[in-house]
Amino acid sequence: MSTASTETSSHSHAGHGRHDPHLAHHFDTPEQQFTSAKLGMWVFLGTEILMFGGLFCAYSIYRHNHPLVFKFAAEAYLSTKLGTLNTIILITSSLTMAWGVRAAQLNQKKLLMVCLVLTLMGAAGFLVVKTIEYSAKWNEHVWVGAWNEYNADNDASYAQYTRPPDQPATRPTALLTITATQPSPMVMVDDGNTTADRSQIKPRYDYGLSQSIITHPDSSNSGTGLSEEEKRELGYEKLSASDQWHVNTFFSCYFLMTGLHGIHVVVGMGLITWVLLRARRNEFSSEYFTPVDLVGLYWHLVDLIWIFLFPLLYLIH
Amino acid sequence: MSLTHSNDVPAPVADDVGPDAPHGVHAVPRRLLLGVYGLLIMFTAITVAVSTVDLGQANIWVALLVALIKGTLVVMYFMHLRWDSPFNGLVLLAALFFVSLFIGLALLDSKSYQPQIKPTPMALRDR
Repeated sequence: MSTASTETSSHSHAGHGRHDPHLAHHFDTPEQQFTSAKLGMWVFLGTEILMFGGLFCAYSIYRHNHPLVFKFAAEAYLSTKLGTLNTIILITSSLTMAWGVRAAQLNQKKLLMVCLVLTLMGAAGFLVVKTIEYSAKWNEHVWVGAWNEYNADNDASYAQYTRPPDQPATRPTALLTITATQPSPMVMVDDGNTTADRSQIKPRYDYGLSQSIITHPDSSNSGTGLSEEEKRELGYEKLSASDQWHVNTFFSCYFLMTGLHGIHVVVGMGLITWVLLRARRNEFSSEYFTPVDLVGLYWHLVDLIWIFLFPLLYLIH
Repeated sequence: MSLTHSNDVPAPVADDVGPDAPHGVHAVPRRLLLGVYGLLIMFTAITVAVSTVDLGQANIWVALLVALIKGTLVVMYFMHLRWDSPFNGLVLLAALFFVSLFIGLALLDSKSYQPQIKPTPMALRDR
């Protein structure tokens, strides 16, 4: 940019000899620079779609193979109301962003700033709702991996693969007691402790936060936030043993997809703040609004991805 | 809604063109932005409503179709692709094409190996 010009911008539309302070020396015209930047942004958005594509692929395979699991998990744990609310919030923030780009194009500085602030508020609102949802999942012990009750604390599915057939099923109440209470060829007991003295067993997956799960006093039903009757009503009993275990796979999909999307929302908030600060310094005009436009494109992509995530996660019938 | 702009003619900004609105810059008309927003909200309502009706296998396809329509609206009007260089659209379509190829091919044989996948409890996983 510093090499672009020694002459100040004349703000004329006369064409030849006009030097725009934003015009880099390797571009002929501001228009060429703008369309190049925009193409670059679209290529980046293409790679973003490909990145999310991997998660959509995993989702498709698991849903295709375990349709009842996804139905049960979505109906039991996901709030359509909150999902719809977030969809509306995000679409509205997309509108204000598009309006902001328009304002920048038409030299409406105040309106641009208002639109950007509204967009930021939409993004923050989205994250607030997401936080409410994530906290509920935490309280119901349906997070990812070891933080998910369905992952191991399901004697039927678990024992199917770990317990010799002649041994009676016992419900393990903590993830790690399983190695001690249910010896089998598949289970190596690392400390030689084969008694059920749980106090002696050091949790392998103690992330520091996992106390509530590892030592949950009664994990048989209250642990998952559903009573046995509710589970039955939602068809949990009809799931095969391994499908019951796969309920935790749904939450892996859910948290990876909405989590990656949520990271994009946070990044988007940073970008919008950056554009807002530059707008305040009067840096944009109808002559130069590339950052507003490109950040707008990014924000619309975040909206676009949510438009697909919403029905796939929240509206499973 | 004024959806009458064509690709070859740069759309005139019918409403609210400031005196110094530059030529060569195409701002999306206000009515169009609001119209698209209305449609997006309407389709959101439709997709939520349809999800409560049991259409069997069709539910997922209706949901995806509605999402596709909403996505097209966002891309064409909010993201301005309707008036942009078609090459940008080609980039988008290429990305979507490869994602669908990826998902489609992965789904083709997923049934054949799923039965062999056994759940491995986390407690055993990192040994």
